[in-house]
Amino acid sequence: MENEIIRIENLRRTFRVGNEDVHALKGISFTIYRGEFVSIMGTSGSGKSTLLNILGCLDKPTSGEYNIDGVSVSSLSKNQLSTLRNRKIGFVFQSYNLLARTTALENVELPLLYNNEISTKERHERALAALQAVGLENRMHHLPNQLSGGQQQRVAIARALVNDPVILLADEATGNLDTRTSYEIMTLFQQLHQQGKTIAFVTHEPDIAAFTTRTILLRDGHITNDCAIEPKSAKEALESLPVSDDY
Amino acid sequence: MNILNLIKIAIKALLRNKSRAILTMLGIVIGIASVIAMVSLGQSSTLSVKNQLSSMGSNMIMIMPSNQMRGGVNLGFASAKSLNERDLKSIRANARYVAAITPMVNSSAQLVFGSNNHPGSIQGVDACYLDIRKYELESGIMFDENDVKKFAKVCVIGKTVAKELFTNGENPIGQTVRFGTIPMKVIGILKSKGQNQMGQDQDDVVLAPYTTIQKRFMAITHYNMLFASALSEEQSEMAATEITYILRSTHGIANGSDDDFEIRTQEELLTTMSSITGMLTILLAAIAAISLVVGGIGIMNIMYVTVTERTKEIGLRMSIGAQNRDIMMQFLAESVILSLIGGVIGIIFGLLLSYAGCTLLKWPYVVSQTAIALSFLVCAATGIFFGWYPAKKAANLDPINALRYE
Ligand SMILES: Nc1ncnc2c1ncn2[C@@H]1O[C@H](COP(=O)(O)OP(=O)(O)OP(=O)(O)O)[C@@H](O)[C@H]1O
Ligand SMILES: [Mg+2]
Repeated sequence: MENEIIRIENLRRTFRVGNEDVHALKGISFTIYRGEFVSIMGTSGSGKSTLLNILGCLDKPTSGEYNIDGVSVSSLSKNQLSTLRNRKIGFVFQSYNLLARTTALENVELPLLYNNEISTKERHERALAALQAVGLENRMHHLPNQLSGGQQQRVAIARALVNDPVILLADEATGNLDTRTSYEIMTLFQQLHQQGKTIAFVTHEPDIAAFTTRTILLRDGHITNDCAIEPKSAKEALESLPVSDDY
Repeated sequence: MNILNLIKIAIKALLRNKSRAILTMLGIVIGIASVIAMVSLGQSSTLSVKNQLSSMGSNMIMIMPSNQMRGGVNLGFASAKSLNERDLKSIRANARYVAAITPMVNSSAQLVFGSNNHPGSIQGVDACYLDIRKYELESGIMFDENDVKKFAKVCVIGKTVAKELFTNGENPIGQTVRFGTIPMKVIGILKSKGQNQMGQDQDDVVLAPYTTIQKRFMAITHYNMLFASALSEEQSEMAATEITYILRSTHGIANGSDDDFEIRTQEELLTTMSSITGMLTILLAAIAAISLVVGGIGIMNIMYVTVTERTKEIGLRMSIGAQNRDIMMQFLAESVILSLIGGVIGIIFGLLLSYAGCTLLKWPYVVSQTAIALSFLVCAATGIFFGWYPAKKAANLDPINALRYE
């Protein structure tokens, strides 16, 4: 049981738009255990982002129980949620969301700035280590506009890793990237998974989901399928890409 | 987040939009500069008034007869004669806080020397008048007790009078001038004192023994005024009270009746003048403060723009663990730094401005530490006050909406 990272029970999220209620999530339950690499699939509007925002403590469910790393989220205040995000969660966005005119290293340091227990020295060391983990230590003084999309997403992943989160959440992290770069990013995620990271990954591309160990299928706010799969190797997929795909 | 990182981040954000930051600062610079300039100039003018007033005399007390109403009858003519030798003697004998006292009798007359003449008045005083009014002799001597006793026909003249009468480079001392029909011997010349606060030429004076004026010019026994000086500035109030008491008793004024004389101390004059310049200073500073408010609104405006522009950044910072307070502090730090830097530049400009003003007006230059310290506080307060709402707006953003903001 101590291997439970995330447990949700009968989670609902209803948005009020004008006089109408939009039910984005209609009672969802699952558990994610330590070391899993979960992909959350579904058509557009099925509620994937809504779910991930709740898992990332950016949003609160309308009803239902949510536990992350043994903490019940529903009772927490706004500030406590911030602290929880800062210590336990790494978020990767589709549009990278790096701070402009701020170097890669400083971008990666950012989460640690909001943790007063971490000294300046430790902050630098950990940011550097995170950049090394994504293979960008030689780009640490580059600004986001001096990096390719794939490199920017790597910086964003390093930023998500730097606080050593219990889970890495990614919302369409490869959505803005071409196939080759997507596979490179998936190779990185698989490496992180092998190092023991727990990852939940939203995508609507089946070939990306194929690199994960478990797929949860959402449809219209319900889970329609939840099964373990044998992951394909992203590295091999990358190598087998035709060279002509490179233009 | 610790304060050092907060300041670093704020400065970095400001540097990203240098020209905007500078233009925003300009409002504060102008506001603070005008406040500082007005306050300093105000203090300089007060000081200048003070200096000039105190150069008029040392802890001076003026005693004048006053027009009296008694039973509805104006006794003006009679009471104008109310000061006389008995009063002088009584004060000299009894007052403990009075350092010196002199009577004064004025007579206006045409001064003539050779073919030159000078319209003016002659003031009959005692020798101690020089000390009371802070006059000094440049050459010659002052008349003495003996001259007073003998109604001597001698006089001491000021620079302006000397210049007007002695146009051929004669040494005035020892020369005889005529006042109307009476010849007087010039025995001394006063050092120049220049103009006083009211623009009067203090060198246009002729002094003679008061007895001479009383007996030879006007044939009167009363005095026009008495001039006294208190032992010290602090004691001038007590000296005035004492003189009032003595005069009331020599004049036999019953309890409950009004004085038939008026007493003005130099201190009173000083307080009146200071309160006028003080009020002017406050008025000008208040007008200047309006420009500071305008500058503050400029900051508020820019901070709102900044918050809107950086909505996405705010969303990101929140999503990685920034608390409301962190976001709030980040934007407050920006506005406070903006206004503090503007304030420092404004203080420098303000001091330069008031220095130029003082040099131009020949006022003493005072740097008011209080005004500077206050300006700092006002700047910080301006930054916080006008940065508060934009920062609050930023801190209250919803992280998801902020992240989605385009
Ligand atoms: N803030 C909101 N206010 C109102 N309705 C919302 C809000 N956010 C999401 N919804 C609704 O909830 C439903 C699920 O949206 P969500 O963004 O989770 O879909 P998604 O699965 O992530 O889609 P996509 O693949 O296109 O990103 C949609 O019908 C959407 O209109
Ligand atoms: Mg989505």
